[in-house]
Amino acid sequence: MITLNINSKAYTLDVAPDMPLLWAIRDYVDLTGTKFGCGIAQCGACTVHVNGSPVRSCSFPVAAAVGKNITTIEGLEENTIGQAVQKAWIELQVPQCGYCQSGQIMSATALLKNKPKPTDADIDAAMMGNLCRCGTYQRIRSAIHRASEIMHA
Amino acid sequence: MSESTSTIHRRQFLKLSGFTGTGLMIGLSLKTNGESVIEKITHAYLKKQQDLHELTGSGYDLSPFVIIEPTGQITLMNPRPEIGQGVFQSVPSLIAEELEVPLDGVTIQQTGGQKKYGNGQFAGGSASVRTSYIQMRQIGAAAKEMLLMAAAQQWAVPVNECYADNAKIIHQPSGKTLGYGDVAAAAAKLEVPKNPTLKNPKDFKILGKRYPRPDVPLKSTGKAVFGIDVKVPGMVYASIERCPVFGGKLVKYDDSATKKIKGVIGIETCERDINGHHSVGVAVLAENYWAALQGRKALKVTWDYDGNEAFNTTNFTQSLRDAAKEEGAIDHQIGDFDKAFAEAPIKLEAFYETPVVSHSAIEPMNCVCNWYDGNKIEIWASTQVPGRIMDQFTKKYNIQEDNITIHVLFSGGGFGRRLYPDYVEEAIELSKKIGKPVKSLWTREDDTKMGPFRPMTFSAFKGALDNTGKPIAFQHKVIAPTLDGNKTHDKTKSNGTMTEGISEQKYEIPNMKNLFVFHYMPVPLAAWRAVTSTTLAFAHECFLDEMAVAAKQDPLAFRMSMLTKDTDTKTLMQKLKEVSKWDTPLPKGWGRGIAQWEFFAGLAGYVVEVSKKGNGIKIEKAYAVIDLGTVVNPDTVEAQVQGAAVMALSAAIKNGITFNNGQTVQNNFNNNPIVRINEMPPVEVHIIANGGPKIKGVGEPGLPPFAPALCNAIYAATGKRIRKLPFDINNIV
Repeated sequence: MITLNINSKAYTLDVAPDMPLLWAIRDYVDLTGTKFGCGIAQCGACTVHVNGSPVRSCSFPVAAAVGKNITTIEGLEENTIGQAVQKAWIELQVPQCGYCQSGQIMSATALLKNKPKPTDADIDAAMMGNLCRCGTYQRIRSAIHRASEIMHA
Repeated sequence: MSESTSTIHRRQFLKLSGFTGTGLMIGLSLKTNGESVIEKITHAYLKKQQDLHELTGSGYDLSPFVIIEPTGQITLMNPRPEIGQGVFQSVPSLIAEELEVPLDGVTIQQTGGQKKYGNGQFAGGSASVRTSYIQMRQIGAAAKEMLLMAAAQQWAVPVNECYADNAKIIHQPSGKTLGYGDVAAAAAKLEVPKNPTLKNPKDFKILGKRYPRPDVPLKSTGKAVFGIDVKVPGMVYASIERCPVFGGKLVKYDDSATKKIKGVIGIETCERDINGHHSVGVAVLAENYWAALQGRKALKVTWDYDGNEAFNTTNFTQSLRDAAKEEGAIDHQIGDFDKAFAEAPIKLEAFYETPVVSHSAIEPMNCVCNWYDGNKIEIWASTQVPGRIMDQFTKKYNIQEDNITIHVLFSGGGFGRRLYPDYVEEAIELSKKIGKPVKSLWTREDDTKMGPFRPMTFSAFKGALDNTGKPIAFQHKVIAPTLDGNKTHDKTKSNGTMTEGISEQKYEIPNMKNLFVFHYMPVPLAAWRAVTSTTLAFAHECFLDEMAVAAKQDPLAFRMSMLTKDTDTKTLMQKLKEVSKWDTPLPKGWGRGIAQWEFFAGLAGYVVEVSKKGNGIKIEKAYAVIDLGTVVNPDTVEAQVQGAAVMALSAAIKNGITFNNGQTVQNNFNNNPIVRINEMPPVEVHIIANGGPKIKGVGEPGLPPFAPALCNAIYAATGKRIRKLPFDINNIV
């Protein structure tokens, strides 16, 4: 049995310790906002926060997450930066198919926590790990700048 | 089906639909000639319903798209799957505009392939809005007229004293109002108007506006439900090992180690059919997906490659070059190309090559299926083709439409991949075999390696100019396989899909002979966003640039000299010239290039500006113009064109798919990369929408002209002519 703290709630799961956190979150805790894209930390669709830092949950064993605070897209309701990001995302109509956007938003939220007024270069560095096949990058960039404005309003 | 599964279906459905009681339903049905007509639709009382089939299949040969309940709740049925292209807003908005309801409070429900919803239940060909623009508005307008009439009768006032606004009927002289829900039951008893009056576009409240898409908040909070997110009680997970060599056969498998993995439930063979390619794989079924993956890794499968392992990209590339020497079948000709070319004073020839690419939607292929009660199928899928799924599997399993329920979820990208329900068929077969609901989920490696792929096409050109630099002869010969997977092709015939657009350009050249040479490629092939235009436009518009250089003319002026007649293409070129400020000088080391492309889906063009950066180039800016005639949501159009530019850029500068030993070499995003945010150039989108009856596609036209505009810009900046994709943007010179 493994106990995980996800979005401030404890879940005790009967899963293999080497199971990636992604599958525990999706298939056992039924939080499906976190997505599977590549399984090798190349696309960022599975990005969650572990103790506040962005982590690719597809390549992060559940055993390593024990005792840590895990936040998924569903947990951003409690996060003021996350709220600003989501507000900006909706305002600028960022998503197309939307599949990668949970991961994009988790990465953007972590960026704005560390750098409340990011430059374009900061955005490139923080968001390079999140692929979007629909090509929403231009709006993602604008929305991160907009979220920064909302945070400072 | 177990009781618990049935309960969940009902609960999920009710949550999605909110159908409960009395109401009005109105819709269209398709005549046998495919022409749509508004049908008489009355549905005075609807019982509490369990599922959509019972709701809509109760003896009416109709296709109801508008459902208004006594509570005032409005449901609009959307036949077009949402794959990122914005139809979750654009198509229902056509109804909502005429019905005079805001989209905000409306429930949008995807149709599930039932015949009564017509033959437009697919997302493809950039067709969703352009082919239903009038039809969907008529549905909304007819419902509105019935509601107006019902209210007028209730008040005993002339109907022309009433108007509809914000889901209410208002009696103008008295100011009395009735909600749509109040009159829905009475309205349902009225005749459906045959020719409802459509609104004047100047009165539009939704259409033509930057209207927010209702799926965006769901997709910004993790609440949108994609196919991969579906979980039904009793469901097991499947991962399928398929032969790595296309054409290989399953000999035997040893599952002794697999069976020892905790959570593994069973092992079954599983067939796959994709565009002429049949194969048999081995599926591992487990209590959770991770166990299924571990079980699959432990399988020992013996394949017979059957000689197919000899296939590789290097040899195939050479064979395409050799095939280019064949004359080919005539696709289109005007004048006397051979004579004009033979006698011309200035001639040039060039050969262009493009790669195979993958769709790589970020949501890997997946499907949940439950085969129950002997002959009933329930499917949950991210798909572009609910209509095709219904058609294909009612036929394959010889069962009635009422026995197949298809739930269309949001798709995590389509790009043409989800036009092919091979992954749906796998889930159906597995559920049928084991008698439980199955979620079949592909890995990224499966998705990358197993195809189907966009084919590579090669292009051989001949062009001729007279002594003044005027183009007098042009030939584009396409050398390619066909998408259908056929090994043979009548060599006397062209193939319209594979020569897409090459004979449709509006350039006036007096002598032209375009050709097609068929060359079989033994891997599963498929349409890819903007199909063959994605390779042919690159070659075609770059070669035209070569002709402009030979003519010693400005590339835009050269093209304009061939556009003397008034056409949309000419208007587009003029707009590109204007928005890009084409005639203003660029900084030293910069260059700009232009390209346009017209094909079945529509018309768009780019001017791209690049600068030299080390040995490579940097894309400074792209100006896009898309010609629509009429625009439904400019915000969506802007997003679609920007996205198409990114997809085109990935196909131009990333390595694409190659084959060796009969197998796909690449397997994931590490070796089959796509463009990342730091590589995205700013794309400024301009829309030509002068109104009128014509309406063109949005999702695809922004893709084909990007790569040629980029490569033409690179020539302008560096003098280096790129004739082969992909190329290394960091190492041009």
